[in-house]
Amino acid sequence: MNLTLHVWRQENATDSGEFVTYLAKDVSPDMSFLEMLDVVNEDLLEKGADPIAFDSDCREGICGTCSLVINGSAHGGQKATTACQLHMRSFSDGETITIEPWRARPFPVIRDLVVDRGSFDRIIQAGGYVSASTGGAPDANTIPVSKPNSDKAMDAAQCIGCGACVAACKNASAMLFVSAKVSHMSLLPQGQVEREQRVLDMVSQMDQEGFGACTVTGSCEAVCPKEISLDFIARMNREYGRALIKSCS
Amino acid sequence: MNLFTAIFHSTLGKKYLMAITGLLLIFFVIGHMIGNLQIFLGPESINAYGAFLKSKPALLWGARLGLLATVAVHIWSAITLSAKNRAARPVTYKVNRSVAASYASRTMIWSGLIVLAFIIYHLLHFTVGAVNPELLALRDEAGRHDIYLMVIQGFSHPLVSGFYLLSMALLCSHLSHGTSSLFQSLGFRSGQQKIWANRLALLLAWGIFLGNSSIPLAILMGFGKEALK
Repeated sequence: MNLTLHVWRQENATDSGEFVTYLAKDVSPDMSFLEMLDVVNEDLLEKGADPIAFDSDCREGICGTCSLVINGSAHGGQKATTACQLHMRSFSDGETITIEPWRARPFPVIRDLVVDRGSFDRIIQAGGYVSASTGGAPDANTIPVSKPNSDKAMDAAQCIGCGACVAACKNASAMLFVSAKVSHMSLLPQGQVEREQRVLDMVSQMDQEGFGACTVTGSCEAVCPKEISLDFIARMNREYGRALIKSCS
Repeated sequence: MNLFTAIFHSTLGKKYLMAITGLLLIFFVIGHMIGNLQIFLGPESINAYGAFLKSKPALLWGARLGLLATVAVHIWSAITLSAKNRAARPVTYKVNRSVAASYASRTMIWSGLIVLAFIIYHLLHFTVGAVNPELLALRDEAGRHDIYLMVIQGFSHPLVSGFYLLSMALLCSHLSHGTSSLFQSLGFRSGQQKIWANRLALLLAWGIFLGNSSIPLAILMGFGKEALK
């Protein structure tokens, strides 16, 4: 199949950037989206041009590094799928595809389709950890965790921090990401020591980074490759209120 | 952490304010609608209701000032959050596709601002009397303000009624998203609660729309025509 690509090209963080059109010829429907870009890049290298910079790592949908907005959808619009697991069979021959980076003030573009997601790291540093006793590894199952809580915590822990929620949200809000991290740890006994301080600090860092607020549109949940539920945002709102009340009493 | 800072300066705190003030305004809208629907019971009922409210000035002004403060906080949080949301995406997408987001959810600030313009017109129309001063001078046989006749005269202009109907449609679009979202902002919209919050929002939005619109619609279709003579 042959495709026309409109790709965002930007030399560096200060460059203004523009869309450049490329033709992707003889694309196999079995290629992943990133493999298709690899082929386009090989062609560009042969011609002596700069290849398109994009992020990728595991290429099996578990690391959260790939970050492409494809035709206006974060990760390309296929349910529960990262861009690296999106295959060219989802597109049709002759189609025009627009590829853009995540767009958010806290995610500045470094080059082409690569953005700096350091703001997520700083949110994690603000409270995404638990206190653990030192010493030998404890025996398994010494801390009882109820099955419903364990299931919910694991659902939240599926978040791979890719940032698609921010990219898809009309407000560039990071609420789904932050709420997944807050919920994951507040649901487990290991996370109780910092429970209140965690949510206050992580929300405060999220605000400082310049992410928008949640208006409950549900876009984040729809594009999330790990299907993190909007329910976690409600849980974080509750956790935040609880922490405020506790900090006053 | 300082509670005041946490509530007035954090996004989550402002969403609490938005939710709580929104909830208070929903209660007002329901009460206001029930009061107004008395027009269908005839002049005696609604004029007596108006006279009763006017006979308790402390309560009336307390409620009015309370409402004004509630609206002010609701709008202040909406505008400051909206500005922050816009600033969070300085470069927009070339291809804009809103995934899963309903029309009502994407236009809250606009439906809200148009409803605000409506509220100002509505107050000038029926409370201050700046639009048609003669409406406030109407008196019934018992010497009370003739609200029944005022509403019928006010709504016999198709343009005025049309604006009211349009505003009700926007208010209810606002409520259909807002009612469900306020549970989310206050942290009570997980699992089964989400289904109930959405049902309640739908019921409320349609209930308010049909209830309020029934008054100008009925008048346009000839209800109370004999009173105009």
